[in-house]
Amino acid sequence: MSATQTRSAEGAAAAGGEHRSRGPAGPDAGYNFGYLDENTKRMIRRALLKAVAIPGHQVPFGSREMPLPYGWGTGGIQVTAAVIGPDDTLKVIDQGADDTTNAVSIRRFFARVTGVETTERTAEATIIQTRHRIPETPLHEGQVLVYQVPMPEPLFRLEPSVTETRRMHALADYSLMHVKLYEDIVRHGHIATSYNYPVMVNGRYLMSPSPIPAFDNPKMHRMPALQLFGAGREKRIYAVPPWTEVRSLDFEDHPFEPVRADAACALCGSRESYLDEVVTDDRGGRMFVCSDTDYCHTRQARREAAE
Amino acid sequence: MSATLTAGFADPALDAQRCFRAVLEAMARPGRVQRIAAGPEAPPPLGPAAATVLLTLADADTPVWLDAGPQAAAWLRFHAGCPIVAAPGEAGFALACGAPPPLHDLAPGSEEEPQRSATLILQVAFLAEEGGWRLTGPGIEHEHRLRVDGAPPGFAADWAGNRALFPRGIDLILCAGDRLAALPRTTRLEIG
Ligand SMILES: [Zn+2]
Repeated sequence: MSATQTRSAEGAAAAGGEHRSRGPAGPDAGYNFGYLDENTKRMIRRALLKAVAIPGHQVPFGSREMPLPYGWGTGGIQVTAAVIGPDDTLKVIDQGADDTTNAVSIRRFFARVTGVETTERTAEATIIQTRHRIPETPLHEGQVLVYQVPMPEPLFRLEPSVTETRRMHALADYSLMHVKLYEDIVRHGHIATSYNYPVMVNGRYLMSPSPIPAFDNPKMHRMPALQLFGAGREKRIYAVPPWTEVRSLDFEDHPFEPVRADAACALCGSRESYLDEVVTDDRGGRMFVCSDTDYCHTRQARREAAE
Repeated sequence: MSATLTAGFADPALDAQRCFRAVLEAMARPGRVQRIAAGPEAPPPLGPAAATVLLTLADADTPVWLDAGPQAAAWLRFHAGCPIVAAPGEAGFALACGAPPPLHDLAPGSEEEPQRSATLILQVAFLAEEGGWRLTGPGIEHEHRLRVDGAPPGFAADWAGNRALFPRGIDLILCAGDRLAALPRTTRLEIG
């Protein structure tokens, strides 16, 4: 269901079932609020403001060492740390789930260094940090969605030179990507990209949506919430302001189509949500369940209440 | 601290976070007016919003140009540690309490690095979310209205020229007393 987890840097064990909690007694006095020092926060904040002003453009920043290894969302963590305040309520998801080791570690980290409230409920969160999914519950104006990004450059598989990709963005020359998608169609009869599907932001910049399923791409379009992206290893920040046009690249005769498994969730019955295929036993038994655990739990609870 | 210098932030981490969040919200939703909680005691003509924004965002890495006089410059240099520059074109942040420099005198960034552009902090007499400018663009669902009293004459034309530079361009933070609003370079402005 979720990606394989390595050991937790915080020594946190996965713990499900905590729906809403407050840091033990405010932030740990041993840390500056939000862990980062004020100089680093200011630098990240300036980068964030420019990123919002130039939707989809990658802004370089001086990424810092974090107490979690790269691949654990250090870019997203630094963005969250620069934005979060005592009045926020934080939700952290990893491929839709609140209870993986990665999500639990990041949530505990922020509870410890800020003392903020945390939640698993999408609707209650003011900041949602995510790895590889957009929640099913539509986001609203008061919310900020922070994506953990492993590779911010959408052209990197097609053009390895950073100097070249920078020039292509400057000229809005995205013919390489169009050719790649067109070759997909010639070879497979359709565009064979099911996640990290490139988008155009505000009709100007080609942007990587991070490795979310292409199914989630339409949720980025004119989203009422602010979307911020942090890539720690690659030292880039980018953003999509609220209500901004986000289009998945496609062709007139091969329009973009978000795909999901043609099944209902085995737990809540949803036919709208994005599904993960889960192995249920060692004899090859399988079932489909929602990847968004909060969405699925909420629907199950509603169904039980109705019975 | 010198006797002529008034205090900066009471709680640097939390005061800066609160102000940054207001500026981020303002930049993400152009024309929405934000209020700054109790700000530092800055020397006049520096108002609470403009002073708080500068303490939140400026430091040794950001050259600042300002027209607010030597006392305000000294206060800012002491609390933010930022270099003060004489030419608006060299500034990362330009603060105008009086008539601002023309937008094309400020650094617009390059096509490859449009983020290396100046942010103009313009102090005006009054800001409100009714009447006045009609704003459209990213961050705005349909249209936001912003009343700005004390904007320089000819500003709308100057802004249209700035917008035409996209992705290069200046971003604007308007401050009035404890209120602020922002116009990123993407915002289309029509006089109401
Ligand atoms: Zn379900």
